[in-house]
Amino acid sequence: MEILMSILIGFLFMAAVYLILSRSLLRIIIGTGLLSHGTHLLLLTMGGLGGKSAPVLADGITDYADPLPQALILTAIVISFGVTAFSLVLAYRAYKVVGTDNMDLMKGNEDND
Amino acid sequence: MSLIFAIFLPIIVAFVIPFLFKKVSNIHTGWFVLLVPLGLVAFYGTYIPDIMAGNTYMEEFAWIPSLDISLVSYLDGLSLLFSLLITGIGMLVVLYSIFYLDKEKEKLGNFYVYLLLFMSAMLGVVQSDHLISLYFFWELTSISSFLLIGYWYTKDRSRFGALKSMMITVFGGLMMLGGFVILGIMGDTFSIRELIDQASTLVNHDLFVWALVLVLIGAFTKSAQFPFYIWLPDAMEAPTPVSAYLHSATMVKAGLYLVARFTPIFALSEVWVWLVTGVGLLTLFWGSIFAVKQTDLKAILAFSTVSQLGLIMSLLGIGSISYHVTGDLVTTFTFASFAAIFHLMNHATFKGSLFMIAGIVDHETGTRDIRKLGGLMSLMPISFTIAMIGSFSMAGIPLFNGFLSKEMFLDATLSLQQFNVHSLDSWWILFPVIAWIASVFTFVYSLYFVFHTFRGKYKPELLPKKAHEAPLGMLVSPAILAILVIVIFFVPNFFGNTFIKPAVAAIQPLAYQVPADVGFKIKAWHGFESTALYMTLGIFLIGFLLYKTIAKWVPLYENMPAKISLNRFYDGLMNLSDKGANRLSSSYMTGSIRSYLIYMFAALIILLAFTMWVKDAFVMDLTNLAPIQFFEVLISVVLIISTITILVTKSRLTAIIALGAVGYTVALFYIIFKAPDLALTQLVIETVSVALFLGAFYHLPKLNKYEKGKEDRRFRLNNFLIALGVGVMVTLIAIASHSQKLVVSISEYYKETVYSEAGGGNIVNVILVDYRGFDTLFEISVLTIASLGIIGMITVRLAKKKGDRKVENK
Repeated sequence: MEILMSILIGFLFMAAVYLILSRSLLRIIIGTGLLSHGTHLLLLTMGGLGGKSAPVLADGITDYADPLPQALILTAIVISFGVTAFSLVLAYRAYKVVGTDNMDLMKGNEDND
Repeated sequence: MSLIFAIFLPIIVAFVIPFLFKKVSNIHTGWFVLLVPLGLVAFYGTYIPDIMAGNTYMEEFAWIPSLDISLVSYLDGLSLLFSLLITGIGMLVVLYSIFYLDKEKEKLGNFYVYLLLFMSAMLGVVQSDHLISLYFFWELTSISSFLLIGYWYTKDRSRFGALKSMMITVFGGLMMLGGFVILGIMGDTFSIRELIDQASTLVNHDLFVWALVLVLIGAFTKSAQFPFYIWLPDAMEAPTPVSAYLHSATMVKAGLYLVARFTPIFALSEVWVWLVTGVGLLTLFWGSIFAVKQTDLKAILAFSTVSQLGLIMSLLGIGSISYHVTGDLVTTFTFASFAAIFHLMNHATFKGSLFMIAGIVDHETGTRDIRKLGGLMSLMPISFTIAMIGSFSMAGIPLFNGFLSKEMFLDATLSLQQFNVHSLDSWWILFPVIAWIASVFTFVYSLYFVFHTFRGKYKPELLPKKAHEAPLGMLVSPAILAILVIVIFFVPNFFGNTFIKPAVAAIQPLAYQVPADVGFKIKAWHGFESTALYMTLGIFLIGFLLYKTIAKWVPLYENMPAKISLNRFYDGLMNLSDKGANRLSSSYMTGSIRSYLIYMFAALIILLAFTMWVKDAFVMDLTNLAPIQFFEVLISVVLIISTITILVTKSRLTAIIALGAVGYTVALFYIIFKAPDLALTQLVIETVSVALFLGAFYHLPKLNKYEKGKEDRRFRLNNFLIALGVGVMVTLIAIASHSQKLVVSISEYYKETVYSEAGGGNIVNVILVDYRGFDTLFEISVLTIASLGIIGMITVRLAKKKGDRKVENK
């Protein structure tokens, strides 16, 4: 399962990087969303997937899933939501001001500020 | 007062100067500054008797103990002479500047801060025994020189000159640092004295010549030797007190100091002897020839300084021959070192006074152009007298100290005859001949300087100001120097015993144990059998004839090809590096975030792959795997299909929904992998996210495919390759990280203590709110900031119209 997950994570990263490198703002934001999904799954996989039980204390159970990656991911999910929301509004605002969502046209230089 | 404190005293005082300048407006700030060199001269003066007796002083302060770098103040004959020069001339220059710089118009605060900074730096250079701290002070002199040349920073020429001097001297400084590091590696110490003790073994080291050449480049750039001298004439844009102080009396002599200081180490190599002597003589010759064609008073003095520095340099080179000879010949050549130090002192006196006179002329007539000047003798009689004393001394005329050292110099070049190696017997004669020609030109420009300014026809219509004698205070400093010029001629041996012999003993430690061993006496008259006498007479005769006919042959300089001048070379080099740097940085600083992301991703791939390859970390362990169930495969397929949908779709809506699908499948994974909290959070967040996307969707443009056409196929291919690289890399890392657990996870700690320490059962929740409570608090703060930003962006109306926007992009 870990190998399958690793490949899946790699695939998510690939898709995310491809989207981030594109010119459209919306695709870039979607790319960052995919990137955070990939990262969360990577954290989880690194901790091991073989846990028999959720990390909640219960009598007679010793084989818990690793709680630490889960704690980290929980924080990361919330933060990545914040990032997505912020960049989405930023994109909206930029589009209103600049009139395009093409990154190539938005870059600042002498010809084009 | 400790020696190290004395070095830093000027810098410490410099901190108070700006306040004094602001608060005490009725007293010229210079009067306060004057106290510093005054006190230091007295302080160093007390060391004279002990240093004369052959004692040395040392004081150490651990600066960076972990790297074994310390500030060592080492006072011997050589450093004491320089320290006295720095503080003594500094005192006169500050006094002069009080009258030269107007307290209403000039930014005196800046000026004196720079000057004091320089004073500390220069004292540090001549007293440091540690190579690294020597380098530190050395560069500090370059920086303060830069600031002082650029003092009138609104003038283009000032800024140009400042930058030029900085470029060339800092280049030399870096070379010198390289030489120091090599010395440190060879001798396993950075202490100059310890290196001197090891000199006889160092000379056989393979890197010895490299260290020698690199250190010499440092010395040559600083002391304006050929071909690095070009910065000195441009440095004349500095206020005249600065030119008199830094660019004639002290800073440019730092290179000479360096050569003198390292003579006991490097003189063992003949490369040193010929490089120092040859470059010195060439500079002497070159500088004197070009001084004659200058029309600016200060430019004449600048080229003359270049040439005189070359003279001293060549004397130091001849002096280092003493390490290659035995018996009586040793004193024949140590005599050259003696002459070098003597002329160094003489040069400081007469050139200092001449610079101050040039400043006075500039101040009182408003121009330094010698073609407009003339006939000032009757208007400015005192200035004329001082200028004459200085010029005659420079020309080497008797009754002035320059005569003594000039004759000693000629004697020294003649003594080269006795260094019979490498079949030198045939062409040694070249050295005295070059020296003689240079001396003739020195004679010519000395007379040209003084007589074309003060005699001839007075041309008031060409002068911006009505000329009159300078105020008395301004004349004090040059007058003191001029009096010294004459006094030294009449009692040379007093100065010889007091200052020069201790310095020579420091340069020639093998020949002399204590200063008293140096047995030279300075004489004005050597008898009729002296060859130097006839050479001097020849100089006077030919020099006078050339001076009389100067108007006829100076136009010949116009025939010099302008294209191959060193200045052109410097300008070209600067231009090239300017453009090159610009082109280089604009080639990768495209302003497009995408490019920067590509660099980051590429670096990620390369660095990670390299590190893991080196560490042999690509491991795949198939034993301890969790089993794969059908349900998990199904979710994986859904995830892949949704992701592909995002990649290929042209519709915004599809992309957003597909992203939501990815999020929900990830939530399903959390459930499978026993992470209920994550699953819950993910579901909530994903729902809100999709809602947000749909809300923004209404306002965002269509998901345009900007990538079209043939060029865009390449664009997409590039993106794909980078994306593929990142994906493969992450997969490999994920596998590797699963396959090798090098350290025990700290999760066990949480599992064991969660109930006893925190009293909770849900381990994840307890970690978040208890063990890592602050992290969660900050996480909330981040969200708050993000939401404030969002509110700001949505509610604040566009303040400016599109046309008003100005993006500074410089």
